[in-house]
Amino acid sequence: MFLTLTTTGSPERPATDLGFLLHKHPEKSQAFSTSYGKAHVLYPEADAERCTAALLLEVDAVALVRRGKGKGRGGAPDAALAQYVNDRPYAASSLLAVALSAVFSSAMRGVCHARPERAAEPLPLRIEVPALPARGGPELVRRLFEPLGWAVTVEPVPLDVQFPEWGDSRYVSLVLESESLTLAEALRHLYVLLPVLDDAKHYWVASDEVDKLLRAGEGWLPGHPEHKLITSRYLSRRWSLTREAMERLELVRLAEADDSEVEDIDNAVEAESETEEKPTPLAVQRRDAIITALKASGAARVLDLGCGQGQLVQALLKDPAFTEIVGVDVSMRALTIAGRRLKLDRMGERQASRVKLFQGSLAYTDKRLAGYDAAVLSEVIEHLDLPRLPALEYAVFGAARPRTVLVTTPNVEYNVRWETLPAGHVRHGDHRFEWTREEFRAWAEAVAERHGYGVEFVPVGLDDPEVGPPTQMAVFLRDVNDEKEAKAA
Amino acid sequence: MNQSTNGRVLPVTDLSLVVLVGASGSGKSTFARRNFKPTEVISSDFCRGLVSDDENDQGATRDAFDVLHYIAGKRLAAGRRTVVDATSVQQDSRRQLIELAKQYDVLPIAIVLDVPEEVCAERNAARTDRADMPRRVIQRHIRELRRSVRRLEREGFRKVHILRGVEDVENATVVTEKRFNDLTHLTGPFDIVGDIHGCASELEALLGKLGYVDGVHPDGRTAVFVGDLVDRGPDSPGVLRRVMSMVKSGQALCVPGNHENKYGRFLKGRKVQHTHGLAETIEQMETESEEFRAEVREFIDGLVSHYVLDGGRLVVCHAGLPEKYHGRTSGRVRSHALYGDTTGETDEFGLPVRYPWAEDYRGRAAVVYGHTPVPEATWLNNTICLDTGAVFGGELTALRWPERELVDVPAEQVWYEPTKPLRTEAPGGHDGRPLDLADVHGRRAVETRHQGRVAVREENAAAALEVMSRFAVDPRLLPYLPPTMAPTATSHIEGYLEHPAEAFAQYKEDGVERVVCEEKHMGSRAVALVCRDAEAARKRFGVDGPTGSLYTRTGRPFFDDESVTETILDRIRTAAGEAGLWDELETDWLLLDAELMPWSLKASGLLRSQYAAVGAASGAVFPGALAALEGAAARGIDVSDLLARQRERASDAAAFTEAYRRYCWTTDGLDGVRLAPFQILAVQGRSLTGLPHDEQLALLDRLVEHDGSGLLQTTRRLYVDTGDPESVQAGVDWWLEMTGRGGEGMVVKPLGAVVRWGSPRSSEAESGGEQGRLVQPGIKCRGREYLRIIYGPEYTRPDNLARLRKRFLNHKRSLAVREYALGLEALDRLAEGEPLWRVHEAVFGVLALESEPVDPRL
Repeated sequence: MFLTLTTTGSPERPATDLGFLLHKHPEKSQAFSTSYGKAHVLYPEADAERCTAALLLEVDAVALVRRGKGKGRGGAPDAALAQYVNDRPYAASSLLAVALSAVFSSAMRGVCHARPERAAEPLPLRIEVPALPARGGPELVRRLFEPLGWAVTVEPVPLDVQFPEWGDSRYVSLVLESESLTLAEALRHLYVLLPVLDDAKHYWVASDEVDKLLRAGEGWLPGHPEHKLITSRYLSRRWSLTREAMERLELVRLAEADDSEVEDIDNAVEAESETEEKPTPLAVQRRDAIITALKASGAARVLDLGCGQGQLVQALLKDPAFTEIVGVDVSMRALTIAGRRLKLDRMGERQASRVKLFQGSLAYTDKRLAGYDAAVLSEVIEHLDLPRLPALEYAVFGAARPRTVLVTTPNVEYNVRWETLPAGHVRHGDHRFEWTREEFRAWAEAVAERHGYGVEFVPVGLDDPEVGPPTQMAVFLRDVNDEKEAKAA
Repeated sequence: MNQSTNGRVLPVTDLSLVVLVGASGSGKSTFARRNFKPTEVISSDFCRGLVSDDENDQGATRDAFDVLHYIAGKRLAAGRRTVVDATSVQQDSRRQLIELAKQYDVLPIAIVLDVPEEVCAERNAARTDRADMPRRVIQRHIRELRRSVRRLEREGFRKVHILRGVEDVENATVVTEKRFNDLTHLTGPFDIVGDIHGCASELEALLGKLGYVDGVHPDGRTAVFVGDLVDRGPDSPGVLRRVMSMVKSGQALCVPGNHENKYGRFLKGRKVQHTHGLAETIEQMETESEEFRAEVREFIDGLVSHYVLDGGRLVVCHAGLPEKYHGRTSGRVRSHALYGDTTGETDEFGLPVRYPWAEDYRGRAAVVYGHTPVPEATWLNNTICLDTGAVFGGELTALRWPERELVDVPAEQVWYEPTKPLRTEAPGGHDGRPLDLADVHGRRAVETRHQGRVAVREENAAAALEVMSRFAVDPRLLPYLPPTMAPTATSHIEGYLEHPAEAFAQYKEDGVERVVCEEKHMGSRAVALVCRDAEAARKRFGVDGPTGSLYTRTGRPFFDDESVTETILDRIRTAAGEAGLWDELETDWLLLDAELMPWSLKASGLLRSQYAAVGAASGAVFPGALAALEGAAARGIDVSDLLARQRERASDAAAFTEAYRRYCWTTDGLDGVRLAPFQILAVQGRSLTGLPHDEQLALLDRLVEHDGSGLLQTTRRLYVDTGDPESVQAGVDWWLEMTGRGGEGMVVKPLGAVVRWGSPRSSEAESGGEQGRLVQPGIKCRGREYLRIIYGPEYTRPDNLARLRKRFLNHKRSLAVREYALGLEALDRLAEGEPLWRVHEAVFGVLALESEPVDPRL
């Protein structure tokens, strides 16, 4: 909410010309209303040698939260996302960028009737932003500003000096210095890059965001080595708005009730994968292996237990051999995305009658799951705490009892082959365990034994001679005498 | 009705499908109106009208009958007698109704109205809407009716009443008859005896142990036999003699087992295989008199498949019975009661695999049965199997009802070798038997003792399902979740948003004279289930391994590492032992409501990403901003207001940083971790939520005193009389002093625990409970500095306070009471040994309600 702009000069070219360039008189303190609070411009120093303009935005945190008033019951702010404890009043966030463009709009366009020649030429500039939220840290700050001709001094701000073990905060204190840029260029850099560096949470979005970016980025953005990152981050605010709209507020509240971060609980769908992702080759191989095994089993009515965003359901729908496909997931968010992916609401009746999506949980038995030819549990078991696995086992093998069950799970031995995966780490934050081939076999064979199934194992992906395949698949088939019974009945 | 003294009396069973058979104009509707409740009767004409706006539109007949069958189905499923008013003269239309009766396992009954053609024609002619009905239609109806009459019983009607002529119809009266299996009026007490299989000597021993003297109980108790009296054992005739005489003299009831059933068929001369011990019975009976064999045949023939007893609270049958068959009457029900349900699979001994119906059972009536030999009689979902394999050398077991006590005698010897070893395990085994989704999913209403029905909305249940499935501990170790708590009414004292004065005033208004103020610990809510040892955990909670659980307010385990949890449980266990609580409370487990500290232990993510971040940003920005303003001021620019405001904001931010820092301290393993229990929620067989808080705290003080590990921490408290201004002032001062030192605040609770509105003491509330609503079980008064963490660093500024005082507490209060009622319900169900699904239903409800939209800052 605070930054300073300093320039230096000489009696011939006085630094106080900054006042003309900014259209703000150095001998006054001026205040401007913006939608999020009052912006003040004042000059802590102003003489021919050195002139500093300070922009201070007083953010009204209570108003930020109460903006949504009336939505919830009893006029309470509904979205738990709006917090009174909020860094907006202190950090140089996207709100400060909005204030910057409002207060210095002419300067940003390079318009200065009093000193037109000075507006058009570079001047020595020093910009200080003491609390800048910077996702990506000092390193990214440098990558963003240095190519534009700034000398960058950036220091991370520790989270809390009393708890050094907590490390650095997401804020940095930033000093930019340059003699080769015009004031207008400097302001436009800040206008775009402050929100880009800011964390993802926002309280505003305008519909003409793209135009604004193009205008502010004119002359420097297209040639910037990080222009892709800048563009996607700047515009990602739109997506995060959509994300908020989709947010399962019930889950948000449960996270709050438990003093947890929303992301700890509402993480069934990865943030990145919400946009149309390129499937990793392994995911494709896994899907192919599953479909091959399903075809071999002759299954026509198939359950996809833990269907996630419905990629497998979508693939199965393309094959008419599968007459009924049921996607089940415990996450309503995942089901919503799956429904959208499958375009369920626009599907023809015949196709639509082949597919069903509903919420379910493998921690409970579920009568709706009985009587199917096959069930797929693809990358599901590792998302359960080990002590809860017997419940899943009974729900699937004891109660639902499809003829064929396919279970895939990562092979932890293969992790050493992932170059990007630090040693000892699991592949996904929510994996409660990852098994070796031996551990998986032991579990699968015991399950088969207990429930009257036979089981075989199929490698998925390149079967490394030393550490095995990246994914392991167990194919369970219900015992033969059981089969006869089923046919007789 | 009054002139019917000389008319015919037609017995009609209370739950049945009554089909009136008669031509158009024969007077069916009039007859039905006179003899049944209007809502019991569904007429095809009415259904025609429903679907086509015309009661005589024959084109709508098919749809009309679809509607009729649908309505009849709904009524029968709900256990309501239904009368179908349609001509039903054709066999095909009757067949569909008989199917319907079978589907819902009720008796189909036919009442035929055989009225002369002329009368029918005359009546139709008098009705404008039927005046043009051709005569041949009535003639056809009557022709078909006459053809049908003789074969009605063969078609499947269990009772057929034929009324011939107008007079017969007009004078007949219907009387309602109870079903044979409906003995709900008998309240016992009962002694229900498991499978005897000819073990006459054991039977005598058991009856003696139960207190019977020569088949009569001096206290007037009634014996109930679950069947399988005969086969395999040494003296089936002796058993039969004893049981038959007791039944005959009204000292006992008996339901048939599959073995009696087969022997009965043998006695009637049917061909049956003399296997599974039947040969022994036949041989033993050969020495008996022909007369006795005839008596036995008659006795077996007259047995009713199952009984509903004690106001519907108890169902006794041989092989177990799902709820939908209770009190129903059909071949299917009888066969279920005798043989049970099978999965269609066979096991390694070639025997049919029995369907684990008891796992699915969700009925409120207790089902007591036998049939499947088990090593030990145990309750599962309110059902219990009493066949403990007496004939195989096990025990002969009886259940005392309503005491629910088991009484058994050992077998004198192995009378018969079992085909396979006795096992209790259902498929899936002891460990793997989860709850059913239907117990929690979708929109629900949970019946509670303290607050009636508590509704759970679908979207809230969906969110709870996700959290429960993905993050919570095993439901068997999750018998309770703590309710949310409402804050005190908003204060108008300058500088304060919350202040205890309002809390005391509210309780005074609610009629609560004495309250306890408990220090609010600066940690996370924690529930600890502590069992005395692993064996106690296995026995009571059915888990192998853990000795309890320690979880958060949404049921998540506190520690990823199970050994850390076990260490904490062990410290509590040891302290409880030292304090003598296990013996004093006569329990093998304790359920504790507590606070786990420091807060940073669990909420470190939130602390760092939100609280510390705000501290860091404010700490970084103010020095520069203040210096800039001071610079401008030094140059003579008027920024005094702005500067003063920024200095104030800087100091607010610093105060905020101080406030959150109090919740953080570094822990190393369990060093530095504290647990402050403030209520013992339940112990074996008892919910302790009604125990006054002073007694609770006295117990817990002893627990803390006896803790040598430094884990447990006491809860400071002060008692206040809400009617005494001095006492109230002392409470306020205590709070001011505590929060002035940086404390989080306090919780004010009625001393008498579970209290209803307007009742001065809990004991009185217990007796007159129904009249008043529950008062808030606790009201939190949070400290002025602590609230910076909730409402932001600058909330104390007058303009902010003025806006923040507009807050709405009603929804939060209602939520707090509803969750409290569900929590109490879970504990009551736990204490009474109700099935897991019943406890889980209430616990799940608390979690679901937690996701209701309410201001999270309250």
